[in-house]
Amino acid sequence: VSDNPFSLWVYLSQSPLLWLTVTLVTYAVTDAVSLKTRRHPLANPVLHSLWIIGVFLLLTGTSYTTYFAGAQFVHFLLGPATVALAVPLYENRRRVAAAVLPMLVALAVGSLTAIVSVVLLARAFGLPRDIILSLAPKSVTAGVAMGISESLHADPSLTAVSVILTGIMGAIIVTPLMNFIGITDFRGRGFAAGIAAHGIGTARAFQVDEVAGVFAGIAMSLNALVTSLLVPLAVTYLLR
Amino acid sequence: MIASLSLILLCQLVGEVAVRALAVPVPGPVVGLVLLLLLLLARDRFPVLARGPLGNDGVESASRGMLANLSLLFIPAGVGVVQKLDLLAEHGTAILVILAVSVIVTLLATVATFVAASSLFAREDETP
Repeated sequence: VSDNPFSLWVYLSQSPLLWLTVTLVTYAVTDAVSLKTRRHPLANPVLHSLWIIGVFLLLTGTSYTTYFAGAQFVHFLLGPATVALAVPLYENRRRVAAAVLPMLVALAVGSLTAIVSVVLLARAFGLPRDIILSLAPKSVTAGVAMGISESLHADPSLTAVSVILTGIMGAIIVTPLMNFIGITDFRGRGFAAGIAAHGIGTARAFQVDEVAGVFAGIAMSLNALVTSLLVPLAVTYLLR
Repeated sequence: MIASLSLILLCQLVGEVAVRALAVPVPGPVVGLVLLLLLLLARDRFPVLARGPLGNDGVESASRGMLANLSLLFIPAGVGVVQKLDLLAEHGTAILVILAVSVIVTLLATVATFVAASSLFAREDETP
């Protein structure tokens, strides 16, 4: 095999092994850098893994479909990881039970703000209707957001991109923003991260503080429910 | 380790089957989360359940391991950005500004509501 490097590349680039390895190695490196910088918001491992892998795919002329055939094994774990949120939730159950009412009020306000703000802003910028519809569910986790987008006959792959971009921006901004306005309640900080920036915000919250992570996980799960009910209502009302 | 992963997958599987059978607009893994939580709570009530993955920190340590690397799991979907470069070239600046403003507004509205509501409810608790 090795006497022809090109045929080796053709073989490897079509196998899940290469793309799974690229994903894990890139993450291992970016996560190590993030740790080295003591979890600096701008050293966000998702952000840096995306552009590194993206550039690699463009340079090697690899299609996203080929990449995803390998990376899907990682993608699959999103479901089990959601189930796993039960554990920190269980371990912090007293703290959570004591904050049920503030969580429900903040859920209603936050979920509505996420949808209405993006739709109104997109309209003000004069974006086409199908793009506005694709952006509307951007604050919930990718699988749910794509389902909402599909039911609105929008573009689910654009929705996925806006979900990821929202998550990365939220994860980068949340710590400096909360420090700036002087919020020291890590329950509230985490809850806001989960509402605004779903799983990527939750991942960030777990990096900062376990209680923040627990509240972010709850916020993300509840927001998935509320948003799938609110988005169809909001777009029919706001985009008439 | 394998038993703990199996339990997590089983919760998700039951969740997916349940939401499809009942046609409710809830993600299957979220139902799985509730199931696992109920199992952990039931274990405290009935010590006979504290075996296999539910005993000896099994499912707990497997879950912690997965959540410690939650960021990794978003990378495959995120790389999908490469498919949308033409659209981002056309509307990219507007989309980035809109998403950034929306995320900041949402963070502020949510945390302000949470903090205000929790101090309000806490004060009500104090006055009998």
